[in-house]
Amino acid sequence: MEEVVLARKPRSPLRLAMRRLKRHKTAMAGLFVLVALYLSALFADFIAPYSFDDELRGNSHAPPSKIHFVDAEGKFHLQPFVYGVSFEFDEFHERVFAEDKTKRYPIKLFVRGDEHKLLWVFPTDIHLIGVDKPARLYLMGADSRGRDLFSRILYGGRISLSVGLVGVTVSFLLGLTVGGIAGYFGGWVDSALMRMCEMIMIIPGFYLMLALRAAFPPTLPSTSVYVMIVLIMSFIGWAGLARVVRGMVLSIASKDYVTAAKAVGGKDIIIIFKHVLPNTLSYVIVSLTLSIPGYILGESALSLLGLGIQDPQASWGNLLSDAMHVTEIQFHPWMLIPGAFIFVTVMAFNFLGDGLRDAFDPRMEVGRG
Amino acid sequence: MTSYIIRRVLVAIPLLLGMTFLAFMVIQLGGGEYFAELRLNPQISRETIEQIEQQFNLDKPAVVQYFYWLKNVLKLDFGYSFSRMASVTGLIRGRVLATMLLSTSSILVTWLVAIPLGIYCAVHRYSWGDRFASFFAYIGISIPNFFLALLLLYLASVVGILPLGDMTSAKFDDLSLASKVLDIGKHLIIPTVVIATAAMAGLQRLMRGNMLEVLRAQYITTARAKGLPENRVIYVHALRNAINPMISIFGLQFSSLLGGAALTEIVCSWPGLGSLMLEAVRARDLYVVMGDLLIGGILLIGGNLLADVLLAWTDPRIRLE
Repeated sequence: MEEVVLARKPRSPLRLAMRRLKRHKTAMAGLFVLVALYLSALFADFIAPYSFDDELRGNSHAPPSKIHFVDAEGKFHLQPFVYGVSFEFDEFHERVFAEDKTKRYPIKLFVRGDEHKLLWVFPTDIHLIGVDKPARLYLMGADSRGRDLFSRILYGGRISLSVGLVGVTVSFLLGLTVGGIAGYFGGWVDSALMRMCEMIMIIPGFYLMLALRAAFPPTLPSTSVYVMIVLIMSFIGWAGLARVVRGMVLSIASKDYVTAAKAVGGKDIIIIFKHVLPNTLSYVIVSLTLSIPGYILGESALSLLGLGIQDPQASWGNLLSDAMHVTEIQFHPWMLIPGAFIFVTVMAFNFLGDGLRDAFDPRMEVGRG
Repeated sequence: MTSYIIRRVLVAIPLLLGMTFLAFMVIQLGGGEYFAELRLNPQISRETIEQIEQQFNLDKPAVVQYFYWLKNVLKLDFGYSFSRMASVTGLIRGRVLATMLLSTSSILVTWLVAIPLGIYCAVHRYSWGDRFASFFAYIGISIPNFFLALLLLYLASVVGILPLGDMTSAKFDDLSLASKVLDIGKHLIIPTVVIATAAMAGLQRLMRGNMLEVLRAQYITTARAKGLPENRVIYVHALRNAINPMISIFGLQFSSLLGGAALTEIVCSWPGLGSLMLEAVRARDLYVVMGDLLIGGILLIGGNLLADVLLAWTDPRIRLE
């Protein structure tokens, strides 16, 4: 008797999708950028040379430090260094910063600085990068209080990047539950829930966001602000998803394999979890990835307008709010940098989401030409 | 068609009612202190404030207040702005016009650029132009409106040709009619470019996709086989079929356009509905927020309806019954 031996184990659709994803260059680039950004936020207090609220009013709006290799005497140094800066007022009473070229401050790795708790647990005072006091290393310039913008961006990433994940989780749980219930039970439950979704979707999102913000007191402690932002964004976000999930549940429930599963006596709950939901998985993953930027942008918008995260706490949106006045950006263009971080993050999520969609659904590639 | 439009409007009314009721309750939940500023003003006596409170029924329960508000809205009276001491109807009227102007110009620019670009990219697939356009589309989709607006304002402040924000110059009232139009036009450029960039990117990709799909159809092969000039095949036979699905996008786009426009308005200090909404939320100005929400909802429904009607009008296969 001959036995058929498969040369390789059959590959699961998920494995196949991951293989396709690995070949998708832009998606992998997006993934790489995102991993780097999230890691930088996670280790913000270690990477950042200063704490997010480390002020030095004398250095208000100090421009990004010039990094030198050649000193005043024309000697080359392998280790890059900066000079200390001091300012004078010009004829418009604007500060003009000048470098004091008498003393070099080499940029060092693993320097001692402020105390912080690495990953919220291990107390340490080691920072990845820094210079000796009294000089300061402003990789991306300083804000109006002389705080290091680069450090604040890293700390701000903790809020801006996590709000996307948390917000998306909350609204997906809501959307999946409501959509699942509506699609499964049908009838008046379905129409009542769907009318509710439509009520939310009838308002332009930004207007709804502002109106919901009005329901909360103008000033809140920073942790409550975070929860509030997540609540507002999830409230807006779940409706659209619930509608789509409902539609998918309806269409899948009428498929032959579900009928077959029912015919052989499968229980409803098992059919839903084993046969129906896994079929929505690829859609859920793709739309999850593509909807995260919306939450990040929502947080940024609220904080940008002064309705979200408040100073001294940093988020990319409230950092950018310092750049809201034209005169501000004219004199201190580096205040725009937090916006670039938002832009890059959103772009990376879009790249990854598109790559995932192509990977899960190879037919899409043809359509996209 | 008329009966379809009437039906759509009838369906929208309970939704709008439900939404405004919900919003009213939610905002009240946050505790409305509408007179904080008035109370601080020593020139206004406590009695006056109580009188205003009674006049606007603010001493009654929230549910009752809602129905008073609704009754007034049906008479086109949107209430009173306590922070500005002005009628909301008057406030909103000017703002709606400004927002409509900005939205219209953005839609025009979006479509006038995106459709030809999409066609070009489909016809010259994989050319450098196509690749550049798709790269540009990614940037357009990803760049936040407020960031792009700030960048353009920065650029404009360096170059110094375009005005930096607002809708009119300081000397607007003294200008002749022609210069007034020109003045507003100049102020329109930055916000329009910002909104159009975001909208354009997606539209251009869709148009390209549609066009490619149509170009694969058999009737295109037939048209080419019978010796029609390529231009005629593309611009007469293919284009008309490829552009149809785009019209339904128009309605979908309207929603994001309004949302995106609001933030752009604020950054560019364009005096539209979006900036009004922000000011109202900051001042906790209940009736302005409600009015703004209602008008925003109506604009959105109107836009979607317009798109569906347009689609039925251009595509004989679709019957709205």
